[in-house]
Amino acid sequence: MGEIKLTDVKKSYGALAVLKDIDLHIKDGEFVVFVGPSGCGKSTLLRTIAGLEKVTSGEIEIDGKRVNDVTAADRGLAMVFQSYALYPHMSVRQNLAFGLENSNMPKAEITERINEAARMLEIESYMDRRPGQLSGGQRQRVAIGRAIVRRPTAFLLDEPLSNLDAELRVSTRAELAALHARLGSTMIYVTHDQVEAMTLAHRIVVMRAGKIEQVGTPLELYNVPANRFVAGFIGAPHMNFLKADVVAVSSGSATLTFAGGYRADLQTGQAKLQVGDKVTVGVRPQHLVVSSDPQHPAAKLYLVEALGSETVVHGDIGGEKLLAVLPGQQRLNAGDTVHFDLSKPVLHVFDDNGHRLFTHPGSGA
Amino acid sequence: MGKVARFILRRKGGKGWHWTDIFTWVWLVGGLIIMFGPAVWLVFSSLKTPAALAEFPPSILPYVTSQATVEGYDKPLMLYDARMPDGSTRVLAEVRRIGLVAQMVDPKAPGEIVKVNINDRTPVRTMSFATNNYTEPFVHFDFLRYLWNSVFVTVVATVITLVVNSMAAFALSKYEFKGRSLAMLVILATLMVPLSVIMVPLYSIISSLGLFNSLWGVILPTVATPTGVFILRQYMLTIPDELIDAARMDKASEWQIYWRIVLPLTAPALAVLAIFSVVWRWNDFLWPLIVLSRRELYTLQVGLSIYSGELNVQWHFILAMTVVTMIPVVLVFIFLQRFITTGIAGTGLK
Repeated sequence: MGEIKLTDVKKSYGALAVLKDIDLHIKDGEFVVFVGPSGCGKSTLLRTIAGLEKVTSGEIEIDGKRVNDVTAADRGLAMVFQSYALYPHMSVRQNLAFGLENSNMPKAEITERINEAARMLEIESYMDRRPGQLSGGQRQRVAIGRAIVRRPTAFLLDEPLSNLDAELRVSTRAELAALHARLGSTMIYVTHDQVEAMTLAHRIVVMRAGKIEQVGTPLELYNVPANRFVAGFIGAPHMNFLKADVVAVSSGSATLTFAGGYRADLQTGQAKLQVGDKVTVGVRPQHLVVSSDPQHPAAKLYLVEALGSETVVHGDIGGEKLLAVLPGQQRLNAGDTVHFDLSKPVLHVFDDNGHRLFTHPGSGA
Repeated sequence: MGKVARFILRRKGGKGWHWTDIFTWVWLVGGLIIMFGPAVWLVFSSLKTPAALAEFPPSILPYVTSQATVEGYDKPLMLYDARMPDGSTRVLAEVRRIGLVAQMVDPKAPGEIVKVNINDRTPVRTMSFATNNYTEPFVHFDFLRYLWNSVFVTVVATVITLVVNSMAAFALSKYEFKGRSLAMLVILATLMVPLSVIMVPLYSIISSLGLFNSLWGVILPTVATPTGVFILRQYMLTIPDELIDAARMDKASEWQIYWRIVLPLTAPALAVLAIFSVVWRWNDFLWPLIVLSRRELYTLQVGLSIYSGELNVQWHFILAMTVVTMIPVVLVFIFLQRFITTGIAGTGLK
């Protein structure tokens, strides 16, 4: 079992609050990713769950038991650190055995567990080497192995892939997903890389400045971001944001004017808008469609990146930056003017405070 | 050989002597003499007879004036090279000296007395090593007893120093608590208090604890050293905290974290402190002299002072035993200098 429940968790260092009102329920066997920019408190939250940091107030429950005052050692969790934190003076085998020896496990069982983990992670060939003699990828495996042998109720992983090169990161990511599928235990994973978050997570917890901004499956976050921050954070390249004014409202729809004078009618659903509201419209670069109609808003391109499978164009639309990912290879150059059809893409409309008001479904490409 | 000569004689800019070449040579040779001169002099002097030690001007090498037993004289006589009025030089033995004139005899023809001006004779000297400077103290002086005391004090004090100081350093580097910096500051501040200031209070503490005239009285006041705490703390600060968090997750107790994680990783700094501690304790003189008043408890350094009596200083024994007491320290430096350099570079300490 590995059910973790956080209720109203707060953590502050003196006057500085690093975690504010964290409420989170992680189900058994779930793969949850904490994501957010650096300094948002995601690592602190993980360390708080681990028991390495004490909460200032609030409750942490593991499998229904309150663990606020339980030490890190007795919470039954295992952690993989960003720097791996392998004991440099011990061999790989000793590294794996250390935690088990400390819980007074019989020698035979220790050996059995280590051998099993070594087989699973394919680290058998360097069990007697020291961490200093291993490559980054090998160390990473050992660090995961050290967590696996403990058979924890949940795994806590603190940016475990950030020290690997890009290629290794992709393959290790896949292995981690496979490992989770095989072990079936709860995993909490901290990263600032949204690609890792999107590919690994059952649910993503997006954090900013010590607060949870949104919790949801990767596609929920992508399709219906709760606010402008989540919308901008999830998805690469980032979502474009264009300022707009509400000029007409009727039931279920509204008319907006963009900088540059372009008008669009959007389906507002249940959202309440008033004429004169200033809103921000978010559109994903992948959703933008080039149009030949000169009535559509024009963007002047200043950079064209041809990637072969797609073309990324950077443009300026009514004084605002616009980035579009166009399919295939386009015959475009910097300096060209391109018209984009804003009636087709999905448009997310956010209010002044960044909350999403509604999402206009668009008419599709 | 060619390579070595080329390396040593290499000069700036190839040909000619630049002033920096000369400066370098003077600097290095001067440094060599300043560093090794006293040690070499000490070693050679320790092999001199008391008479040769008292000689002026002193010589570096241990010379003795040759002596010969001449028929008709009870005591052996000193041999001199005497310059004769005709310009030739003869080897003569001096019988006695009257004013500026020495009465001498030829050892081969002892009947005839030759009078020579003392300025016209020079002693016949040969190199001779007075090894009994070394052997005699081993027999008469309780050298082995003192050696044992010194070794006991040095080893025990060093072990306790390492354990106590590393524990303090561990707490001061890895635990967050109020007044941590203040505690460190107070410890460092004690560096500024010299032994002579705290000697009297320290003596009364030792005395009231009943440690007077006990080797433990020598050991215990020295084991907590601010330098040691500082060296170890600075080194432990470089051990990543994640390692300690990892150990905590691995169910390690605080003692295990200290003993199995932090201590092994502090080995280079511990080696440096061990070397320092060995040298300090081995060379300690004042404090053992105060605490120890029974002869059988003397450490080597205190024992050596026996040879400097009120009226008569037996320099030849003092010098010889000083050489012997230097040997362990020199050996420690030779074998552990690798640790000293890496350790000192690592702790940023001189």
